[in-house]
Amino acid sequence: MGATLLEIKDLAVQFFTYQGTVRALEGVSLTVQQGEILGLVGETGCGKSVLARCVLRLIADPPGKITAGEIRFKGRDLLKLGRREIRQIRGNEISMIFQEPMSSLNPVFTVGNQMMEVVILHQRVGRDEARRICVDMLRQVKMPDPEQVLAKYPHELSGGMRQRAMIAMELACRPDLLLADEPTTALDVTVQAQVLSILEELTRQSGAAVLFISHDLGVIAQLCDRVAVMYAGHIAEIAPVAELFASPLHPYTSGLLQAIPRIDEGKAALKVIPGAVPGLIDPPRGCRFHPRCGQRLAPCDREVPAFLEPAPGHCVACHLYASGGRG
Amino acid sequence: MEPVIEVRDLVKYFPIRRGFLGRRVDWLKAVDGVSFAVHPGETLGLVGESGCGKSTVGHLMLNLLKPDRGVVRYKNLDLSALRGPEERRVRRHLQVVFQDPQSSLDPRMLIKKTVGYPLEVNRIARGAEAVARVKAMLAEVGLNEEHVYRYPHEFSGGQRQRIGIARALITEPEFIVLDEPTSALDVSVQAQILNLVGDLQQKRGYAYLFISHDLSVIKHMSHRIAVMYLGIIVETARKEDLFQEPLHPYTCALLAALPLPDPTKRRVRASLQGDVPSPVHLPPGCRFHPRCPQRMEICSLRAPDGLEVLPGHWTACHKYGN
Repeated sequence: MGATLLEIKDLAVQFFTYQGTVRALEGVSLTVQQGEILGLVGETGCGKSVLARCVLRLIADPPGKITAGEIRFKGRDLLKLGRREIRQIRGNEISMIFQEPMSSLNPVFTVGNQMMEVVILHQRVGRDEARRICVDMLRQVKMPDPEQVLAKYPHELSGGMRQRAMIAMELACRPDLLLADEPTTALDVTVQAQVLSILEELTRQSGAAVLFISHDLGVIAQLCDRVAVMYAGHIAEIAPVAELFASPLHPYTSGLLQAIPRIDEGKAALKVIPGAVPGLIDPPRGCRFHPRCGQRLAPCDREVPAFLEPAPGHCVACHLYASGGRG
Repeated sequence: MEPVIEVRDLVKYFPIRRGFLGRRVDWLKAVDGVSFAVHPGETLGLVGESGCGKSTVGHLMLNLLKPDRGVVRYKNLDLSALRGPEERRVRRHLQVVFQDPQSSLDPRMLIKKTVGYPLEVNRIARGAEAVARVKAMLAEVGLNEEHVYRYPHEFSGGQRQRIGIARALITEPEFIVLDEPTSALDVSVQAQILNLVGDLQQKRGYAYLFISHDLSVIKHMSHRIAVMYLGIIVETARKEDLFQEPLHPYTCALLAALPLPDPTKRRVRASLQGDVPSPVHLPPGCRFHPRCPQRMEICSLRAPDGLEVLPGHWTACHKYGN
């Protein structure tokens, strides 16, 4: 693993809606090292997509607003950049793959048109050179007939092919960081397997770091180097992948791991996390997980737990570790 | 034991219409010869990728769609031959829980009405009697009695799915189709619903057809499993047998493609090339042959017949042909 590529510090994001202020992210800190795949896992509405969008400053303002924190990419704070500067970074140094390829590709332009636009804008090359780069990229994502695919419209491709075209497009400018927001959730398992192996192969080859967002712990376990677990707008735990699955520290993480049915283990009743994910307009005070936590302590409903590092590289935000740790 | 419900050689094609006159230009072969039986107290898991026809099978079994060929037998009654009051009398024994609890509950109906409606329609109970039964049912699925005077939007996704389950169970059915009941739910809530569905079966002995695209959920819930691919069942077996010794190359590929939630068991992922073909233009011969890593010459020529390769373990693949 190399140096720190992206550092997010104490990020807070709020959305101002008619129902009230949604406190989507609070005190979120994490780093992405050069060349690593960092998994970001959490349930619906926990803020994982908001986090990725913040990095590219894609939060619509209004209603959203980044109210605190900084996002340092190669030392520069992305939140302080002007519009022109951030546009230089988007799609060039940092690019993003979304969940639904049909809605992130423009239906009225051909795949080639959209791909070449990115390359021409950022790499300042002519059309012929751009076309050559695109064909080469499509070949790398194992697209059959890359020349023909360039002339096709998104609706003419299958879901898996569209997502592969997206990957090709996003990697065409050789970004240092790829934000992948549930890129395989809309795909069937056999196609998901193809897309994941292409994504892994290409990013490892080019040395790009990936922030891989998913709700699927299986995908996370198979792909990532480190994992950050999010719950209701907070980071609960960050650890190397093997350690997270072998010895999770946060009660939410261990609850989640026990709640998934598995094919490699025998049948017992699934362990359950009682209750449901809270709304973020009026989230629980203190630790946001405390109403569902089986190991609740006295300070849990009053104080937000500090982020501790009980084992090297393994961070957790939970009062259970406050006395023994350095906090 | 006599099966509760049995389907034999079920076929359902949907016409594809084009143009101003709605001329039929082709057929979408959603279900193309499917046979199986579900016994009392048993869960049959039906697994397959999107568009393979698994939901259509569920609809056919409930008589929500009429089959083009083949029969659905509920206790020796041919469902598609039933009409009017006869059909209604049978239907209360066959119920369904849908995938999306958001869209399968009427937003303008009180829970009292939503869950009590089957009682009214089937003339089982009315008025105060019906409300009492709804309350008892809600308690059984883990909701409160006072929830009867609420609307669906006041509930979380998991609670809404509990309401869907209550509505399905209130007529005391024998057979329930669970059509991806947890696909719209988060992992922590999914576990609650799966446990509830399993507990209810143990208590009441329901027969389930559990439809899902998720092999790990299917394995957790089912006694027997049928694997579907493009409108046909390619393999049926007891759960233990299927996972220990998958026979059909497609089943093997599905198992290999499933990402295990264990970083110490990383593996080569892409076991299959290409996408699922369209159910309109089916490949000749075995439907799986264009993607099959073990295809032989015969595979593109002739569709394989279903064979009982091991006791209770059926598959349709030329590998086991002779």
